[in-house]
Amino acid sequence: MLKIEKLNKSYGASKALTNLDLEVSKGVVFGLLGPNGAGKTTLIRIINQIIEGDSGQVYLNGELLAPKHISQIGYLPEERGLYKKMKVWDQMLYFARLKGLSPADAKLKIKFWLDKLEMSTWKDKKIEDLSKGMAQKVQFISTIIHNPPLLILDEPFSGFDPVNAEIIKNEILELKEKGTTVILSTHRMESVELLCDQVAMINRSQKILDGTIKQVKSSYRPEVFTITIDQIKQPIPPEWAAKQDETSYHFTLPLSGKTPNQLLHELMEYGEVAQFREVIPSMEEIFIHQVKSTENG
Amino acid sequence: MDKIWLVIQREYLARVKKKSFLLVTLLTPLIFPAIMGIFVWIALEEKDNQSLRIIEVVDDNNLFFLESSEQYAFSFSNLSEEKAKELVQNGERYGFLHIPNFELKDPKGITYYGEENPSMNLISYLENNLKKKIEEQRLFESGIDPKIINEVRTKVAIKSITLDDQGTETVSDATVNYAIGFLAGILIYMFIFIYGNQIMQGVIEEKSSRIVEILVSSLKPFQLMMGKILGIAGVGLTQLLIWIVLIGTLTTIVTGFLGMQMPQQQAMEMANPEFSQGMANNSDVGEILQVLSGINVTQIVLSFIFYFLGGYLLYGALFAGIGSAVDAPSDAQQFMLPVTIPLIVAYMGLFVFVLNDPNSTTSFWLSIIPLTSPIAMMGRVSYGVPLWELILSMGLLISGFLFTTWLAGKIYRIGILMHGTKPTYKTLWKWIKTNN
Repeated sequence: MLKIEKLNKSYGASKALTNLDLEVSKGVVFGLLGPNGAGKTTLIRIINQIIEGDSGQVYLNGELLAPKHISQIGYLPEERGLYKKMKVWDQMLYFARLKGLSPADAKLKIKFWLDKLEMSTWKDKKIEDLSKGMAQKVQFISTIIHNPPLLILDEPFSGFDPVNAEIIKNEILELKEKGTTVILSTHRMESVELLCDQVAMINRSQKILDGTIKQVKSSYRPEVFTITIDQIKQPIPPEWAAKQDETSYHFTLPLSGKTPNQLLHELMEYGEVAQFREVIPSMEEIFIHQVKSTENG
Repeated sequence: MDKIWLVIQREYLARVKKKSFLLVTLLTPLIFPAIMGIFVWIALEEKDNQSLRIIEVVDDNNLFFLESSEQYAFSFSNLSEEKAKELVQNGERYGFLHIPNFELKDPKGITYYGEENPSMNLISYLENNLKKKIEEQRLFESGIDPKIINEVRTKVAIKSITLDDQGTETVSDATVNYAIGFLAGILIYMFIFIYGNQIMQGVIEEKSSRIVEILVSSLKPFQLMMGKILGIAGVGLTQLLIWIVLIGTLTTIVTGFLGMQMPQQQAMEMANPEFSQGMANNSDVGEILQVLSGINVTQIVLSFIFYFLGGYLLYGALFAGIGSAVDAPSDAQQFMLPVTIPLIVAYMGLFVFVLNDPNSTTSFWLSIIPLTSPIAMMGRVSYGVPLWELILSMGLLISGFLFTTWLAGKIYRIGILMHGTKPTYKTLWKWIKTNN
């Protein structure tokens, strides 16, 4: 769907993107992760043809990115806005027409979405009279109104209350079912694990990690185990900081160079090993770990 | 092109549909006839209700005579100064004019006492009469009969006719030319300022509310900028058109209505007694029509529309560029100077140079340089301008606004995405130099 090769962009002396390669397959939700200032917004703006890269190529469906692709992309920027004095209906119509829909087609689609998200009664209200959540929905519909095969959402859930966030999340998944490719740029790791099939992590203008969630997770194993021991035979060393409840002791230990079997063998000296399980890191932990390790090294 | 058209429509409708637009558009033309009407009405009222004001004149020379008018009556006496002042103080007299003994060569010490400040009219009336009397007296003393003087006194009015290459004669009147140039220049000046500001506000609104990021993912920043500039131009033209129609109709109605109560001549006389004398001799209605028909109306109207739009586009682009560079209107101040100065120079130049001497070198350059030509050229067009100068000026204005649009476009496409930094001229220059 989207392929990026050796993309570079710098603003004066500061590099925003360095030799970035990226491939997003069709019909997936692709998480674009990275701390603030990593270069995510620059990348998104280049895909949207708001700015141009200094060197490198971007391909959409095998074609070099060109102005005609504008109608195939839907973009919800992180900082978003609507014309406060404009009515919901007029506003949507304007955005839809700018994306190249005919007036008749645009009206049909707007009506469909207003009905679907139960917003039909607001269509003649001005944006300034809407609550923030309502305005966000208007914004979301404006983004997807032209049925773009590629949807780029920058922090789509910020500002939504949990109920509306859930509605939007479901809409994103439904669009994915229909074959839309979604690029999701976010800091919220829980939504990444919930929604994304693939992720790429960018830090300091460079890609530091990409792949499916499973691949990413297996790439970073802190090699820490959670352990529960019952029926103590000899006292647990205090530096393990074990928590005791009734007869059981719970604690975590790193492998520290041993194999899991060796560690397990050692533990059996202390009593009955009731639980011995490798800790699978959350995306958040991987994120923090990766960012820190690239910054230190 | 399609997308520019969409932006034009939105910008146009968003403004025209506003209640404030409707109010300003409909009320402004009402204000002019209303003010005019009020003045005329007050003048009429005053005239009806006025009591005759009596002014005591003590002439130690026993020489002067002042003719009473509808408003003022003069009573001559030999009262002492103190007595006469008392009359003023206790309200028996409106004022007291004391003419002491003096040599006619050197009339000094004429004093007016009044309970209130005398009007300019009264003072100049007194001065003119006394002056005339002194002059007559002095001529008489040198042996010339005042009757002869009155006979000799002549009114001269120059009828001015312009001749072109073919020898066609057209009657012209500098006053009419002046008025047309003056009005056209001021209208363009106001239009540029008011609507230029609207462009800037609009750009800042889109930038600060972050709509712009969504918009530029759908169309080129340049399209967005041009759409806004052209859409607002449409608003301005609409407003102008409505004003012209409304002011035209209302003025006709008001003057028609008042005309029945007061003959034109009388109204003129009240406004300016000196002027009316000239008018009476010089221009009857036929002659005014002759003057008007002598003016090349088509040329004036066409150049007005051209300079109106050309000037607006030239400055509009600059206003858009400024708006894109800043985060809030208050930050725009620092960049406004280079835009407002040429405008004000053009405006001042119109009054100081162009209208007074349309063919001077300064007027020529003011009307050729694109930054000042929209306003200055209108001051010249009504007097008639050689065709090549007009073409040169228009050509330069077109290249001028192409240049400012290009310049503003460069600033705009980077500026609208920049937040939180206060740009300086140096950063603007960097943006202009950047290629993508």
